Amino acid sequence: MRTKFSSRILAASSVLALGLTATACGGAKTGDSATGESCVDTSGDTVKIGFLNSLSGTMAISETTVFKSLSMAAEEINADGGVLGKKLEIVSEDGQSEPTVFAEKATKLIQDDCVAAVFGGWTSSSRKAMLPVFEGNDALLFYPVQYEGLESSHNIFYTGATTNQQIIPALDFLKQEKKIESIFLVGSDYVFPRTANKIIKQYAAANGIEVLGEEYQPLGSTDFGTVVDKVKAAGADAVFNTLNGDSNVAFFKEYKGKGLTASAMPVLSVSIAEEEVPGVGVGNLEGQYTAWNYYQTIDSPANKEFVTAFKAANGAKAVTSDPMEAAYTSLYLWKGMVEKADSFAVEDVIDAADGVTYDAPEGTVEVDGENHHIAKTALIGQVNSEGLIDTVWSSDKPIEPDPYLKSYDWWKN
Amino acid sequence: MSMKKLSPYVGWLLLAVALLVLAPAVLSDFRLGLLAKYCCYAIAAVGIGLAWGRGGMLVLGQGLYFGIGAYAMAMHLKLADAGPGGVPDFMALYGDATVPGWWEPLRSGAFAVVVILVLPALVAGLLGLAVFKRRIKGAYFAILSQALAAAFAILLVGQVKTTGGANGLNNFQGFFGYALFDPANKRMLYFIAAGILLVSILAMAWLYRSRFGELLVAVRDGEERVRFLGTDPANVKLAAYVIAAVLASIGGALFVPIAGIVSPDDVGVVASIGLLAGVALGGRASLLGPAVGALLVGYAETSLSEAFPGSWSYFQGALFVLVILLLPGGLAQLLNARRGNSVSSRFLRGVPRGKQAQAELPRSASEAAPEEAAAR
Repeated sequence: MRTKFSSRILAASSVLALGLTATACGGAKTGDSATGESCVDTSGDTVKIGFLNSLSGTMAISETTVFKSLSMAAEEINADGGVLGKKLEIVSEDGQSEPTVFAEKATKLIQDDCVAAVFGGWTSSSRKAMLPVFEGNDALLFYPVQYEGLESSHNIFYTGATTNQQIIPALDFLKQEKKIESIFLVGSDYVFPRTANKIIKQYAAANGIEVLGEEYQPLGSTDFGTVVDKVKAAGADAVFNTLNGDSNVAFFKEYKGKGLTASAMPVLSVSIAEEEVPGVGVGNLEGQYTAWNYYQTIDSPANKEFVTAFKAANGAKAVTSDPMEAAYTSLYLWKGMVEKADSFAVEDVIDAADGVTYDAPEGTVEVDGENHHIAKTALIGQVNSEGLIDTVWSSDKPIEPDPYLKSYDWWKN
Repeated sequence: MSMKKLSPYVGWLLLAVALLVLAPAVLSDFRLGLLAKYCCYAIAAVGIGLAWGRGGMLVLGQGLYFGIGAYAMAMHLKLADAGPGGVPDFMALYGDATVPGWWEPLRSGAFAVVVILVLPALVAGLLGLAVFKRRIKGAYFAILSQALAAAFAILLVGQVKTTGGANGLNNFQGFFGYALFDPANKRMLYFIAAGILLVSILAMAWLYRSRFGELLVAVRDGEERVRFLGTDPANVKLAAYVIAAVLASIGGALFVPIAGIVSPDDVGVVASIGLLAGVALGGRASLLGPAVGALLVGYAETSLSEAFPGSWSYFQGALFVLVILLLPGGLAQLLNARRGNSVSSRFLRGVPRGKQAQAELPRSASEAAPEEAAAR
């Protein structure tokens, strides 16, 4: 009897589930086009914006600093009267260092909180995870970190460097100033280093630089004995470092420990900023090179104001770095676009974006309305004994963004 | 039909009404989508309830099977989006814009479904044969299963050109012909996930009452005794482990169109432990406990992280510490203590009438050290 009853329930429930499923069908088929419908409320005297940064997980140490500089920008804007007379209301979400969570929280900010724009993301995987969400909902994302390029989305503004504003100038510096003839590539095993090294190898081939080796370690790996042995044995003129996070600590300790020096075999890093220097150790990094578009040491009134304000809010020991500055700048750029458009509506803001400028701490930046990146000056820096980074070479003027490297005839994707 | 015979299904019916009627009526599309995601975890949790709660196998690496289902589905969806002969977008970006041979068969939706159901069974079957026949159990089995999930995630990260690496696979446009941007189709996916969850719980109710279910509990509580009685415990454990693997795979496969993404973070060690957490919270040996626990953990995680974005993980940690200290049998134990020996609490534990004396909720001692229990 019991078995009979349970099998009847089983059958009934299956029918129920299938029936409900069938009634729920009849939606759009693939190939139909999406229609994003905005629910942004601009009727009151505030407007909501979203901050989406990893406040927990492995990326928290970096992304928390971006959250702080975004918050500072929002406070400044509010103190100054807001945007189009409306105060900014911040909705903050934790991306938890996981792409899946970034996608979920982005959806929440857009559909549930109805924010006018979202600021955040750091890793390439977080950006790739959010991209379809912003495109599908026709919403706005401002992404503040240098990345591997080869992307431009209608719904994303990239305020960090693309490769022709960071990696290619760094190679120009090594070739012209350091006169290198060979190079060794070391990177973490994920998309940014692999794509960066793909570009570096083609640049090297076109410019007569020999690539003596290419080594990858999993993200978070601290086992660099063998890698550094290989670097040492290869004896390249310079090392191009695309390692991320903790791996840098192990790599530079090993590098110094095996007797390699900045003067004999310089390392140029693209993921070490002021924030990371104390973690890796000033002693291990002094004299090594970095490539960014902003350093705390930039001598300009705008930067002095930025650094002073950040230290006032976060303590005298707080440092400012490139991604923080790019995030801070992104909020002001969005403000500029909204004011130019005289509207918070996504399409109006995108239409108004072209040519919007802002006197950022890094210098004046300008939005390219076509590829949604911004023109930025490339700066090669050298780590000094205080753990800050001094500019030793500059592109002198902002470089127009070229995410797909169309203007470089050596580039074949 | 008397009230007594009906009541075992009251809990299940309540859950069914909540999931199929109440939730779609009151929740926004976004919140319903989240619930759909928790349902996927809950389907995997139902399997863990069988393997761990009933079988005593601490399956720390179910992310492996969740991942097999998820990646098989994601690969099919990417290929379907690309169209006949097309190449998924990320392969052009990171690779040489050719589809690897081992991807090709997944162009067929039917083949993808077969992979989702059969591959985890094969992997779990082979692994189970190797492990259970050699009488590897307890912590050794737990560590082995966790290591496999870790290895799987690392393997995925390393193969950027064919698996998307740390980015995972995302940006799916359609699901077997239905456009994924359409809220109506998202609701359909929710009903599929909730329906499969409810059906899998019923299947467990049937399994727990079957000869196999009783053997499984017997193996958990006294593996050597079962062996002396002439049944090979390895076969019993193997069957439970395979069923758990297939359920995890189904959960993973549904997760992909619902979440719109799968990445190595969703299948690794932390994700595997996340699947386990709900089961522990709900009550691993009870029938509804694993599913309800997984739904609650998913809900709690979302609510806490939305309310306290900077510090939510502390609350989550505190919650687990409290549950482990005060309710080692999970929430099911709470109901049990409050209702005493009522019929519904017996049902919640999935224990047939008259048998509860022998199959009391796993005492932590016999649970932690099955060998010891066997020796008693």
